[in-house]
Amino acid sequence: MNTLSILMSAFVLSLVGLGFFIWSQRSRLLSRSADGSEVIFARGEIGHPETLTPDRSLKAGAGTVDSQELLDRAAADASTAAVVFFFYCCAFVWLLVASAAGLTASIKLHAPDWLVSEAWLSFGRIRTLHLNAVAYGWAPMAGLGTALFIIPRLLKTELVGGRYALLGGALWNAALVAGLGSLAYGVSDGMEWLEIPWQIDILFVAGGALVGLPLILTLLRRKVAHLYVSVWYMGCALFWFPVLFFVANVPGLHRGVEAATMNWWFGHNVLGLFYTPLALASIYYFLPKLIGRPIQSYNLSLVGFWGLAFFYGQVGGHHLVGGPVPAWLVTLSIVQSMMMILPVVAFTVNQHLTLKGHLGALRHSPTLQFICLGGLMYTASSVQGSFEALRSVNVITHFTHYTVAHAHLGLYGFVTMVFFGAIYFVVPRVTGRDWPWPRLISLHFWLAATGIAIYFVSLTIGGWLQGSAMLDESRGFMESVRITLPYLQGRSVGGALMVLSHVVFAAHFVRLLIGGAGRTDQSSTRLSAPGAI
Amino acid sequence: MHSETRLIFGGLTTLAVATAALVVLPYLTVRDTPPVAGLKPYTSAQLRGRTQYIQHGCMYCHSQQPRAQAFAPDARRAWGRATVAGDYAYDDPPLLGTMRTGPDLMNIGVRQPSDQWHLGHLYQPRAYAPGSIMPAYPFLFEVRDKAEAGETVVTLPPDFTPKGKVVVARPEALDLVSYLKSLDRSYPVVDAASVN
Repeated sequence: MNTLSILMSAFVLSLVGLGFFIWSQRSRLLSRSADGSEVIFARGEIGHPETLTPDRSLKAGAGTVDSQELLDRAAADASTAAVVFFFYCCAFVWLLVASAAGLTASIKLHAPDWLVSEAWLSFGRIRTLHLNAVAYGWAPMAGLGTALFIIPRLLKTELVGGRYALLGGALWNAALVAGLGSLAYGVSDGMEWLEIPWQIDILFVAGGALVGLPLILTLLRRKVAHLYVSVWYMGCALFWFPVLFFVANVPGLHRGVEAATMNWWFGHNVLGLFYTPLALASIYYFLPKLIGRPIQSYNLSLVGFWGLAFFYGQVGGHHLVGGPVPAWLVTLSIVQSMMMILPVVAFTVNQHLTLKGHLGALRHSPTLQFICLGGLMYTASSVQGSFEALRSVNVITHFTHYTVAHAHLGLYGFVTMVFFGAIYFVVPRVTGRDWPWPRLISLHFWLAATGIAIYFVSLTIGGWLQGSAMLDESRGFMESVRITLPYLQGRSVGGALMVLSHVVFAAHFVRLLIGGAGRTDQSSTRLSAPGAI
Repeated sequence: MHSETRLIFGGLTTLAVATAALVVLPYLTVRDTPPVAGLKPYTSAQLRGRTQYIQHGCMYCHSQQPRAQAFAPDARRAWGRATVAGDYAYDDPPLLGTMRTGPDLMNIGVRQPSDQWHLGHLYQPRAYAPGSIMPAYPFLFEVRDKAEAGETVVTLPPDFTPKGKVVVARPEALDLVSYLKSLDRSYPVVDAASVN
């Protein structure tokens, strides 16, 4: 088969398949209006952003909001409080560990003789500790914690078997401690994203299964007819990740360049089919909640979801452009990378139309600021990623810091920002205490946003110059190194701001926990707009 | 959407399509590509060195995949011809790498055949490559008053030798260097991929 026919058939097959899926999921809805998007609101609640004190509001607006539904929501929150709290505490720890390791690695790239006496502090290891602490610590702990909070609310039922999730979370974290320990000691499976020894992966599998089980049991006991968009993303992510993780880590199964294609099938799908859906689900839930208005278009959500499910899984081969792997595979991945523009545009338009006319809410809600910035960065990083896959761009950016900048735009600018917002929303609801210093939330936001902006701009420019220098064989290789130095230093400055923002965030969380009784402050996680319940 | 069964079934189908393309087909077609004639299996010292290479994360800054002439000037940088699947037959796992913070190493054994260069460069990269941002690996060496019989003493440029001491390579450093020197894909390969 020649490349063109593979290209065309992949294209046609994808479109036909996507159309079929959307049709099959859509068919029963034809007779209904778009009320699928209203399922997250209690009757009469539309038009009112969610606040912390529903009971008081009930007195104020007697009869307008279905009080039973609000009580059900409170019961759902109560059933998840302990386990969500545990996941979030772990997320905070891994966030700090990961950012300290990341900043150390960043500084080492422009100060190569700093901290060289210990093997575990050398760049190759501390960088790997950073990646794994984010990939298996911060991101899944924050994401799963948020999923555990949202899913019972969406299904209007209590979490079933929360103690299994607690045990699973504990096992998962024990595995991560063991995994990071072995990486620091120098035991590694040797593939990016899959470094943790497979013996320890068994613990992750057991822990992950115990976390997933209650969510599936809860799904089966749902009290709503309609599954909201966030449930699609979170539900599928919880099935996708175990398949990815298991297939990728079976010892002895993968060899030679097949191991390399599998490596990037896994590496990219952890991002695309695990963190991304968890974060998108959070946006689909919190954004309408915080402005009190349902998602604009239910059909666009369907396109966004099935488009992601269809195309994202096949894009991993673009990490191997020019490599010793079958050419058809790389071409397929490039095609599907471009196809990803479709679901990304669907999501972007949908969010934009939903927010339209409600931008003023951004002033009052820090949660919304994080979520909106995250949503924008999803669009930015996805579109950037699609074009980065093209051979003409990839030949410059591949093997350079440009890719690192792109990865951080996605995993920090998008995923992490959304999880920050989610945590600000959820923590008061599971602890019964409000954030004591709302100004620290703004400080956190601006430090993190400025930090990632400096980080991204520096490394993007530096990476592009590096790639251009490497492509010009008349310039010595050392020139491609020297040219990046100021940008690597710039990255460390951005990174330091990000770390500082995390310290502020964590200190605020600790203050919330050890502070006095919950103080209700109108301006922190809720909207203070007049008339808001 | 009303049915969780259809949702999960749909989701797993899309993942199955992706897995078929990126994992199953490569498994069936390239997993067991036989070694190219001229490629030798690693010796045990080289394999121990390869473990060191993985342990210290060399692949996070160095690729092992020169690209074709038509695509990028890798060969003109003396990094070697484009590699093919059979070049990695003994590599478990393959260490293709994703970054070129440092140069490609697939043929470093050809470019730098000297043990002393490699040892000195690992001890202090800036001794041989001014401006390099590669970390120094002093923990792969011992600095002592004098070497025992049978030990490998690293000869460094004068500015980089500790005063009145000798730098002795630990076995890990010797293994790593023997792996680096084994990186040689300069033998010819006749393969559709490399011709293209």
